Amino acid sequence: MSGQTRLRDDFLAGARAVAPVLIGVLPFALIAGVVAVRLGLSPLAASGLSVLVFAGASQLAAIQLIHDGAPLLIILVTVFFINARFTMYSASIAPHFRGARARTKAMIGYLLTDQAYVLGLYGFSDRPELARRIAFYLGVALPLWLCWQVATVVGAVAGSRLPESWGLEFGIPLTFMAMIVPSITDKGTVAAALVGGALAVAGHALPWNLGLILGALAGIATGMLVSTLAGDEVQS
Amino acid sequence: MSEGMSTTMVWLTIAMAGLLTFLLRWSFIAMIDSLEMPPAVRRALRFVPAAVLSAIIWPAVIVQDGAIDLWIDNLHLIAALIAAVVAWRTRSIFYTIAVGMLALWGLTALVNIA
Repeated sequence: MSGQTRLRDDFLAGARAVAPVLIGVLPFALIAGVVAVRLGLSPLAASGLSVLVFAGASQLAAIQLIHDGAPLLIILVTVFFINARFTMYSASIAPHFRGARARTKAMIGYLLTDQAYVLGLYGFSDRPELARRIAFYLGVALPLWLCWQVATVVGAVAGSRLPESWGLEFGIPLTFMAMIVPSITDKGTVAAALVGGALAVAGHALPWNLGLILGALAGIATGMLVSTLAGDEVQS
Repeated sequence: MSEGMSTTMVWLTIAMAGLLTFLLRWSFIAMIDSLEMPPAVRRALRFVPAAVLSAIIWPAVIVQDGAIDLWIDNLHLIAALIAAVVAWRTRSIFYTIAVGMLALWGLTALVNIA
C-alpha cells in the first residue's frame, strides 16, 4: 500500500469513528445557533462565534453575557474557566504530535474538542507514525468542525427552536458516557471518574464552571493516588 | 442588537474569546517539542479522560433545573443509567445515544400517561 493511500485510510478510519458522535453533536450546535439569534446576535455574529470560539458551552455562556451587556473582562474570565479543560486535553494529546510542523500543530489545537480529544486518543495507539496519527485525528476533527459550523448556521437562520420536550441536549452526556467507558480500565480510572463526577455535582452552583475544574483536578489526583496504592499496571 | 453592546463591541468580544480559547487548546501542543514531560505529569494525564468527562456528564444528568436530584423522578438519571449499561456492554457510541434517548422519551411518555 502506498503511503498516500494509507493516510487516506487513516483519515477515513477517523471519520468512521466520529460518525455516530455527530448525531449527538448536531442538536447542540443547532441550539447554539438558535439561542444566539434569540438573544440578539445577528446570524453572522452567531456564525462568527462558532468559527472563532468553536466550543459549545462557552459559546452559550458568551451569548448570555453579551445579551446581558456584561463587561468584556467578565466574559473572558468565564470563557477561560469553561474552556480551561482544553489545556488538560492539550497536554494529554501533545506527546502524540511531537515533531509536527508549527502550522499543523496550530490546526490540531484549533480543532481540539472534547470529542476530537477522546476519539483521537483511541486511534493513536496502533498508529506509530506521526503522519498517520495526524491523518486519523483530522478524520475525526474535521467532520466535527464542519458539522458544528453548518448546524450553527442552520440554527441561526431557521431561528425557530427545536421542541424543548425532545430533550435533544441529552445527546451530549450520552456521547461522553460512551466515549469514556473504554478509558475506565482499572481501579485508578474508576476512582478518577467517581471523584471527578461527584465533586462536579457538589460544585454545580459555583460560578465560572469551577465545579467542573475542581472535580476534574480532584479526580486526576485521586486516580493517581488510588492507582499507586492499588498497584495498577501503568500503560503509558 | 443586544442591549448596551455595539456591533463593534460584540465582534471584539467574539474575537477575544476565540483567541483565548485557541491559546488554551494550542498551549501544550505548541510547546511539546521543547518540553520534557515529568513522569508524574505523564501519570496524571492518564486520568484526564475519565476525570474531566465525568465532571461534565454527572452534573448534566444529576442536576435538573438547578438542583441535585438523585430520586427516581429524575428521568434523565434513569435513562443515563440504562445508557451506561449499554455503553459498558456494547462500547458503541451509536447504541448508547439511541438507547439513552429512547429511554428518556419512553419514560417521559409513561410519566405523562400516569
